[in-house]
Amino acid sequence: MKPRVAFFDFASCEGCQLSVANLEESLVDVLKLIDIVAFREVMKEHSDQYDIAIVEGSITRPMDEERLKKIRANANILIALGACAHLGGVQRMANQWTPEENKKEVYGIANPADIADSNRFFEKPRQKALDEVVKVDYTIPGCPINKEEFAKVLIALLTGRKPPIPDYPVCVECKKKENVCMFTIGKFCMGPLARAGCGAPCPTAGNECEACRGYVDHPHEKAQTDVLEKYGLTVDDIMRRKTMFTYRYVEKPKDGA
Amino acid sequence: MKDVNILVEHLTRVEGHGNIVLNAKDGKVEKVQWQVSEAPRFFESFARGRTHYEMAHVTCRICGICSIGHTEASLKATETAMGIELSEQTQTLRRMIKSAENLQSHVLHVGYLIAPDLFGVGSVFPLIGTHPQIVLKIVALHRLANEMSDLLAGRTIHPTNMVPGGFTSIPSEKQLKQLRQKLLDAVPVFNEVAEIVLANAHKLPKFTRETEFIALTSDKEYAIYDGVIGSTDGGTWPVDQYLKVTNEFVVPYSTAKFTKHNRESYMVGALARFNLNYDKLSPLAKQWAGKFGLSSVCHNPFMNSVAQLIECFNDVETTIAWIDQLLEKGLDAKNMCAKYDVKAGRGIAAVDVPRGILFHDYTYNDKGICTKANCIIPTNQNHNNINQDFKAFAPTIIDKPEKEIELLLEMLVRAYDPCISCSCHYLDVQWKR
Repeated sequence: MKPRVAFFDFASCEGCQLSVANLEESLVDVLKLIDIVAFREVMKEHSDQYDIAIVEGSITRPMDEERLKKIRANANILIALGACAHLGGVQRMANQWTPEENKKEVYGIANPADIADSNRFFEKPRQKALDEVVKVDYTIPGCPINKEEFAKVLIALLTGRKPPIPDYPVCVECKKKENVCMFTIGKFCMGPLARAGCGAPCPTAGNECEACRGYVDHPHEKAQTDVLEKYGLTVDDIMRRKTMFTYRYVEKPKDGA
Repeated sequence: MKDVNILVEHLTRVEGHGNIVLNAKDGKVEKVQWQVSEAPRFFESFARGRTHYEMAHVTCRICGICSIGHTEASLKATETAMGIELSEQTQTLRRMIKSAENLQSHVLHVGYLIAPDLFGVGSVFPLIGTHPQIVLKIVALHRLANEMSDLLAGRTIHPTNMVPGGFTSIPSEKQLKQLRQKLLDAVPVFNEVAEIVLANAHKLPKFTRETEFIALTSDKEYAIYDGVIGSTDGGTWPVDQYLKVTNEFVVPYSTAKFTKHNRESYMVGALARFNLNYDKLSPLAKQWAGKFGLSSVCHNPFMNSVAQLIECFNDVETTIAWIDQLLEKGLDAKNMCAKYDVKAGRGIAAVDVPRGILFHDYTYNDKGICTKANCIIPTNQNHNNINQDFKAFAPTIIDKPEKEIELLLEMLVRAYDPCISCSCHYLDVQWKR
């Protein structure tokens, strides 16, 4: 029997699931190896019987936590898909404020009773990664994911191998592409800390790395700070960039959260 | 006369997106409501504190399908705030990128998400078995649209080379020539796909409810990248007057804000653009509008999918013309990005993305840090119109079998191609007893 695979999404842009759809003809081939039993973005049918759950998005409210726990209970293998599931996404930056402050900024025109915590749609919104709520077996990082890497991970799982996610920095892939170092052209790059596997698309297009794939397991943060200082970048710049995709690493518990 | 109680809910399996509630007593609809339970992400809150060069990279993450549109609206807002002048080359490339996104999104919606309803199946997957040739043609068109944005924007989802002032990399003339040829080769394939949709178009419900349509409009071109705000009820407004048009409000059954203008609600998207800008469509697009019998002003929301298909022809034809313009003048890779001085100010901008008009409004301090942001997204503007359509549509179908009511309500929402966190194309209708 072919493995049964289900896709789910929480707070996200759904760009990672779209990346799967963007495998185009290769996706048609992948479909010969697996049965997709739930994929809200493209299919109406749905089953709760699945072996592998692939989950995109960050976890926001109690109702979202409940749903994720049910998915975990149904799945043998749970894969976090993309930066929102892995790190909490760019939306984790909102955790710099309390839920009430965020609600006031965005829904300030509302009747306060309508958006209170008693309305479960608006209940205690706070961004979390999947592994802060349930056990995650594998993570495919990135914003968005690298679709070729997704295919490789899926094939590795189907053939009983460990999924190949690199543990070296983006600089390695950037050098292989013979790009000019972003620092030498006055830009600010997270490449020395960020986990590779994306193929360094941003520096290759002339833009700095924002570490959407998170850090390598043992980042040389001191060395990175030295590099930044050498190029005259301020602590403010560094901290701002560290709160974009990687706020998870510096976040401190906050009152009202 | 029967009682009907429908609860369309995602709670048990799929978070957020949309819920449909319908209660009818003695064949009379008492309540019909479109609810949005999407988890809020608070972009406008955490945009505060980001710099001018990060804003597009942050706000494009609002939506994976229209990340290009968000990038362009964001860059235009920043460029307006800082007073940055763009070269003609940059503006032409931006228009082409906007068209690439429109193509990708429309092919996805019509080919993968609407077609299953027309063929009476639950998804595109069974069609791979029953109609492999046509599915592979749609896949090839989708791939072409993605290749086009990969080439021009660095990456289809969350572009890598677009910055305030222009680009950090641009394609070569050789690559543009190759793209031109691929687009020419795609025209017959688009024709074939359109013929199949035409043969099945009679399955789209003939429901009309008069409403207001809002879109960008311009006397120079079929407006998707630039223009002023236009209404089919008459009148135009400069983009910086958008708050007079959108009039946002909050309802307790939706985490997405609702909007209204002249009437109870208004509609945005491909049909709105078609209704306002028909005259500016390319020749082949007009020809296909004729074949489908679609004329302005059309008040049937189900025809939004047909308007999307018609726009695909417009995107292909206008892009070919833009490539010719660029090649004639020659590409200038040395001046692909305008230099600018950071300054304080407010910038308001709009683009018309696949699902409709999109506004970004930023205020920056003198260090170029964002202190206030407001983004009004097309689907938010459509939610209220979907609700008004429900009120008019439900009584006309309430005597049909339950399964049919279910399908028709799903199809109505799908016609809007809603993009609630990004898209909500799957609706599960459960009958509440």
